[in-house]
Amino acid sequence: MSHDNMPENKLPEAHDASHGHDVAPHGDPFADPGLPVHQPRRTDIDERAAKRAERQVSLMFIVSMLATAGFIASYVIFPIDKIVYIFPLGHVSALNFALGLTLGVALFCIGAGAVHWARTLMSDHEVPAERHPIEADDEVRADVIEQFKTGAAESGFGRRKMIRNTMIGSMALVPLSGVVLLRDLGPLPETKLDHTGWQEATPAQPIQLINMNTDLPMKAEDIQVGSLTFAKPEGLTEDDEQFQEKIAKDALMLVRIAPEDLKDSDSSDLGFQGILAYSKICTHVGCPISLYEQQTHHALCPCHQSTFDLADGARVIFGPAGHPLPQLKITTDDKGFLIATGDFSKPVGPSFWERSA
Amino acid sequence: MKKLSARRRHPLAALVVLLFALAVTGGLYAAFAPAEKAQADSSAQSLAIDEGKRLFAVGCSSCHGLNGQGSSTGPSLVGVGSAAVDFQVGTGRMPAQQPGAQIPRKKVIYSQAEIDQLAAFVASFGPGPVVPTKDQYTSTSPDDVAKGGELFRTNCAQCHNFAGSGGALTQGKYAPSLDGVDPKHIYEAMQTGPQNMPSFPDSTMPEAQKKQIVAFVRHTTSEEPNPGGLALGSLGPVTEGLFGWIFGLGALIAVAIWVAAHTTKAKKS
Repeated sequence: MSHDNMPENKLPEAHDASHGHDVAPHGDPFADPGLPVHQPRRTDIDERAAKRAERQVSLMFIVSMLATAGFIASYVIFPIDKIVYIFPLGHVSALNFALGLTLGVALFCIGAGAVHWARTLMSDHEVPAERHPIEADDEVRADVIEQFKTGAAESGFGRRKMIRNTMIGSMALVPLSGVVLLRDLGPLPETKLDHTGWQEATPAQPIQLINMNTDLPMKAEDIQVGSLTFAKPEGLTEDDEQFQEKIAKDALMLVRIAPEDLKDSDSSDLGFQGILAYSKICTHVGCPISLYEQQTHHALCPCHQSTFDLADGARVIFGPAGHPLPQLKITTDDKGFLIATGDFSKPVGPSFWERSA
Repeated sequence: MKKLSARRRHPLAALVVLLFALAVTGGLYAAFAPAEKAQADSSAQSLAIDEGKRLFAVGCSSCHGLNGQGSSTGPSLVGVGSAAVDFQVGTGRMPAQQPGAQIPRKKVIYSQAEIDQLAAFVASFGPGPVVPTKDQYTSTSPDDVAKGGELFRTNCAQCHNFAGSGGALTQGKYAPSLDGVDPKHIYEAMQTGPQNMPSFPDSTMPEAQKKQIVAFVRHTTSEEPNPGGLALGSLGPVTEGLFGWIFGLGALIAVAIWVAAHTTKAKKS
């Protein structure tokens, strides 16, 4: 089809015949000059050069094969823990290095061989492919429109309005079944987002704060001013199947701030003698946040640089977080161990639609 | 001499003369200047506290006060203990060169004997963490590295990076790299919480755990080989991505340009 539309003089054969002499017709400066004269490559005119290029391409493919063999061999030969020194990289695993090098060479040589082959030996004759209009010609279009009109009239689509309307209604309703099935994605979260593992603590049955390092409960005097300690609720251990899900909500960071530095009385009331227990989960998108600066009392979130002033009720002083870090009310039991008597005052972690506060 | 005279108008002649003059002046100064008097007499072993007091009055008191009570430019040193002095002075952070967001590590200017005297004097202000002994920070068990790794990731990695490469904090402050830090100083930093680093006292992180963390830090920063090579500072995905985009993609573009720039035509145009 495109050949039919193509002017005779633009076909490559026509050019070759004319040897490019009359490419620019006189008098019309905007005329299509056509293709430049085809220049032969060395490999087109010199059979020895062509043979050499063929050998080069084959050589690259052979090198690739050898490299693949080398890959398999190094997989077998090198022990996984052998370390060698290689100049710019330093001490690296011999196995990693050999596998990477041989696989890299194998893939590169296939690509390089293919490129060299295409450049030197495959046909490089310029072939113009004319663009033609996307639209159909007038005759075809008129025919299609005619057919459509006939079809519409025969089906009575325009005349029998009840059929038309009920059909539109049925098609609009069908996707609803898909929406209903979304309910099967899982149980509704209900109040899970509002509560953490600390909710089981009550004044009658408090929960001890357990040091993440020692797995032991802590006394108030263990927490020194300027120190940082991480805690989890009593009873939560790493062999719990859901440990990761639970610690992601229950994790606490315990700091002790000198009384004269505390700026928020509500916050210090939730603490015990300057010991404050904050959620470790950022209220922006829930990154664990514990980059605590003990002189400025700032806690920085490494993900988006939200900064909280732990001396001022974990007020947001910088960054995208929308809420202060939730604080857990703590006190001590009769043996002096730090305990919690209830859940966090606010939901832990990032905001959600139904967040109450 | 004639040869030298002939070159006296050479463009570099002035530079040569200047360098010569500088060398002579410097040499004469070094030969005749009074020998350094500030060096403490290391033979005086007795009364380390008195010696420390003298050193403190010269090197520290302008900011921390004559009795370590602190001032507007330096905090009180009451109760910081000898470990804090050994860390701050032993890593060159103190005496500070200038106030700023954070006092950096620099060349240590006191000898260990002088640091011990200073530490003895500061420790006399009030009880505080004591310089650890070698047994406290030298690991003996091969399990220590693994256990220390867990503790490091819980307590330290948030600021110092998973491989101890350090990282940025707020307003110009930063957690320094742990590469090449003396095990004793790592231990002391955990005990005392220097500058904005929180402390990890023995009551919440027992001695044995500190020893494990030291073992892990030493292993990760200096002993452990990097099987993949080219750690790029172990700074994480940003540096790795940047390296991949710039050098990986750059190499591909360079190859493509090289291929396109070299014609295979017999007649080069």
